[in-house]
Amino acid sequence: MAAKKEADIRFSKFGTVSFTAITKVNDFVDFLEQGKVMGSRCKDCGLMFFPPRADCHKCLAGNMEWFEVTGKGKLVSYSSLAFAPIGFGDDLPYTIALVDYGQYKVFARLSPGLKPEDVSVGMEMKTVANRLPNGQLNYVFERV
Amino acid sequence: MGKVAIIGVGQSSFVRGYAGSIRELAFEGFREAVKDAGITSKDIGASIICSAPEYDKQRSPAGVFAEYLGLVPQPTCYLESLCSSSSMGLRMAYSLVASGLHDSVAVIGFQKMSEISSAESQERMGRGADIQWESPFGTMMPAYYAMYAQAHMAKYGTRPEDLALIRVKASTYGQINEKAVYRKAVSLEMFSDPGSPMSGPVASPLRVGDCCANADGSSCVIVTNEEKARSLSKKPVWILGLGAASAPVNLAGRDLFTGLSVARQAADQAYKMAGVTPKDIDVAEVHDCFTIAEMMAYEDLGFAEAGQGKELIRAKETYKEGRIPVNVDGGLLSKGHPIGATGGSQIRTIVLQLRGEAGAMQVKNPEIGLVHNIGGVGLYGNVSILGR
Repeated sequence: MAAKKEADIRFSKFGTVSFTAITKVNDFVDFLEQGKVMGSRCKDCGLMFFPPRADCHKCLAGNMEWFEVTGKGKLVSYSSLAFAPIGFGDDLPYTIALVDYGQYKVFARLSPGLKPEDVSVGMEMKTVANRLPNGQLNYVFERV
Repeated sequence: MGKVAIIGVGQSSFVRGYAGSIRELAFEGFREAVKDAGITSKDIGASIICSAPEYDKQRSPAGVFAEYLGLVPQPTCYLESLCSSSSMGLRMAYSLVASGLHDSVAVIGFQKMSEISSAESQERMGRGADIQWESPFGTMMPAYYAMYAQAHMAKYGTRPEDLALIRVKASTYGQINEKAVYRKAVSLEMFSDPGSPMSGPVASPLRVGDCCANADGSSCVIVTNEEKARSLSKKPVWILGLGAASAPVNLAGRDLFTGLSVARQAADQAYKMAGVTPKDIDVAEVHDCFTIAEMMAYEDLGFAEAGQGKELIRAKETYKEGRIPVNVDGGLLSKGHPIGATGGSQIRTIVLQLRGEAGAMQVKNPEIGLVHNIGGVGLYGNVSILGR
């Protein structure tokens, strides 16, 4: 009997608690391990996607390539949480935020070293890969 | 195509820890609506059961409810669009009736949030967003709406006190709504008093007082065709306009953070279908799950220009005596927000207002009312315009 093929559950490493184990963009997690935050671009129409996706809804095709999120974007908004959902309590306090890069936007947290009073809407930020205390991976925003 | 009417509305009291099962909870809103319509279960051709999933153990509640409510063997199904489920139910009921497939449809909303803990509830609600890319950051509903509040404040100079004024208004009417879960007075001073629970931080800039409470509750709206409405009802309320829209689930896919695109799009559709403008609305129910949500609704619905919502509440124009009364039943902030039941409760309030049966909450002689019901963080939006 052939050995059962092991499932590729790399995405379970994403975030403090991952709610998705298997996705066609599992390579995203390998890039994060290498310190890179990647989006995907449709080779046919050029649409850029962040978060990355395996399929282009415009071309109805899966002809994608990776691109790296680099440079600086502008802080659109943020909120600092006093409570957390189940599984996230050890991370408190933390601040979720959205940064606009023009062609795409990135949703993440502020770097743990940044307090909400250190930032303001419109401020320039960059996105960096991050390892969480529990060994999981995500990405965070830092001041440029 | 004939007109479509609402001939019966009902809701349970919205409470914490309902002492009964979900089918018994659903029965409360249903019974009130059927009695209100002056009909029996046999007059109802189909039912649509609306809630957000994962709060209770029952899979496929529609069949269970249909049996308990005496709606067997008529067809039934379950429908969900999170917090706007029962407004989406109204939309589906409208199409079933307008198509001629059924003469009458019952839209039954329910949620027994106390089946799970508050922390579990936050986790479920958070998973009403993008579980692959956003929930792993530890998101929850108040924090998402807080990001809209932060952006609104940065762009328009809206202050935390402006948001607090919306809660103060809600409590004014929550105190006189016997079906509301929160019936105490709330003052502006409580928001700056560290000893008051209202001032506690939740997700900056939102505080406890800016957030609605979980609740258990049910609602029911009975929709019929014109012929049945005229023969059964002395005061049918007509569905004049319906609008609905969706938005990217991930905030990264959106362009607007000082308002909800779904509300603007749904409102445009509903106004067009009804042939009215924002100035024609005499009374409105808006989805104030958080104070910022009501502020944005003022602007998204065209009651105020973008950024000018704060002037409406500062001038008390959305009070019962004001230019455009909003949430004069206490809103979600005072009534509580039993997710699947909320839209039906909002519809009930507007129907009672248009019939002149809203008691102490009655606005003077309204002819056209509006319901704004949002699912998720602006993920789904429904706007319904009703008239006498």
